[in-house]
Amino acid sequence: MLALLIIVALGIEVRAFDTPNDDGSSITITWTADTSYHSFEILRGTHPDEGLHTVCEVEAPRNTFVDSQIQQGVGYFYKVMARGFDAEPTSQTVGPVKAVAQIFNTGRVNIAVCILVLFSAIIYYITRARRGEKLYVRRIPGITAIEEAIGRATEMGKPVLYVPGIMDIDEPETIASMSILGRVAEKTAQYNTTLYVPTSKAMVMSMAQQVVKESATKVGRPDWFNVDNIRYLTDDQFGYVSAVDGIMVREKPATNFYLGKFYAESLILAETGFSTGAIQIAGTALPDQLPFFVAACDYTLLGEELYAASAYLSQEPVQLGSLKGQDFGKLIFILVIVIGVILRLFNSVFFTDWFQVR
Amino acid sequence: MKRTLPLIIVFSCGFFMIIAFFVPLRGFQDVSQTFQNWYTGVIAFFVFIGIFNLVKVNLDKIQRRLRDWQYSIILLAFLSMMMAAGFIGGREGGIFLYMFENLQIPLGATMFSLLAFFVGSAAFRAFRARTPEATLLLVAAVLVMIGRVPVGYWIWHGFPSLVEWIMNVPNTAAKRGILFGADLGLISMALRVLLGIERSYMGGGKE
Repeated sequence: MLALLIIVALGIEVRAFDTPNDDGSSITITWTADTSYHSFEILRGTHPDEGLHTVCEVEAPRNTFVDSQIQQGVGYFYKVMARGFDAEPTSQTVGPVKAVAQIFNTGRVNIAVCILVLFSAIIYYITRARRGEKLYVRRIPGITAIEEAIGRATEMGKPVLYVPGIMDIDEPETIASMSILGRVAEKTAQYNTTLYVPTSKAMVMSMAQQVVKESATKVGRPDWFNVDNIRYLTDDQFGYVSAVDGIMVREKPATNFYLGKFYAESLILAETGFSTGAIQIAGTALPDQLPFFVAACDYTLLGEELYAASAYLSQEPVQLGSLKGQDFGKLIFILVIVIGVILRLFNSVFFTDWFQVR
Repeated sequence: MKRTLPLIIVFSCGFFMIIAFFVPLRGFQDVSQTFQNWYTGVIAFFVFIGIFNLVKVNLDKIQRRLRDWQYSIILLAFLSMMMAAGFIGGREGGIFLYMFENLQIPLGATMFSLLAFFVGSAAFRAFRARTPEATLLLVAAVLVMIGRVPVGYWIWHGFPSLVEWIMNVPNTAAKRGILFGADLGLISMALRVLLGIERSYMGGGKE
């Protein structure tokens, strides 16, 4: 009983402050108290001595509350009351605290620095490429095989199938896929080879039609473009898979491209394509789907190679410069990782903690 | 102008969204949210374009008696039936829900279940020990498979722990490496698109 009274007498220590890195819409209240209480009641008012009323009751052991039911610029006072014993200790009233909007989210300064470093490296190499400097970019077998694969379909007199994934145009992989589709369409139009682009999203269909049409016009073959070959099938994942499998089995395309965002359907598509004897080139940024493509396709673009494909295919110095800048950024980040690992080995956490995203 | 205007829109909207990520001010967040709401609205509109395309392509196929045109009749018949059932009885009840639960879900599950057989056939090809790398893959795969089943624990109590280590250390390291590269590639591509260097998604070409 004596011990209990001592705990109660210890009271509650409260701190109230403007929530950092927000739009000035909340105040954060934290407190330290004995963990044996059941709950804590948070009281708020605009005067320290009168009119404080309960705004919330939180269960122990939680010791933080973000009050977003406030007006910006108004000073508020807070008090915390513990529940759980006959004597219910109350903290001192703290305040006034005003919520203020921040212009910059300082919790994301690490991301800003990383983006600036990478952007600077890319722009630096693009500038060098613009000056006419020859930049070496490593050979990517999956991308160099694209033209060869289209040539094979042309020689065999069979169509090319291009699957841009099952996600919509807001996914970066789909945008990258549309960029590659432009290059693939140029080649197929030049060689007068049929190109099928079945899509799972109507917006992707619309964009793909425009991309293929522009590419055909660019290489002087607007007559080659057939709008019905770029068509919408269904939004349903496995409905789409069965429809694309049907195209593979009926039309027997000589070359299949799977470039974009894929989930469980990746292996169903790739294995069906393998069974029809097509040469297959796949690419996605999802590590969980890559093993399926590696196992069932002839070439696979791993992650970054998918995003680099369009720039690589263009062979334009400026685009290659951006790839060089990306590689330089990668080198910087590898160094950062090595430094982080070494510092952690010596039990120093400040460097790695700085990279934590808040 | 045909290309300049889209490029200006891409540049200004793209950089605004990047800035809004770092600026918590309400005005910035509201505009950012509005852009995202517009996207949702555009997506809703495109549902009609998708259905229109589906009907047009299949009607054309039936009219011209192209190969397998009979399937197009079945597709259009079921499309009309589902639409009619949805408009008449609503999504939550009646014949629409019945058809969804008893036709579409089992058909989807059938396609998904094919994956089990495809995993087997793909693994058979991938695990052939023709090179040192393929042998390493084969050994790792066999260890993981044995460690994931009760008989693995029965053979040797250390198998589950070994599998956990393979999955959490070398496997996760490789996955993070790929993700790391992919994210850098994504930032690089985003910059190319925002600066108008990458235009092939608009059909390529210059002004």
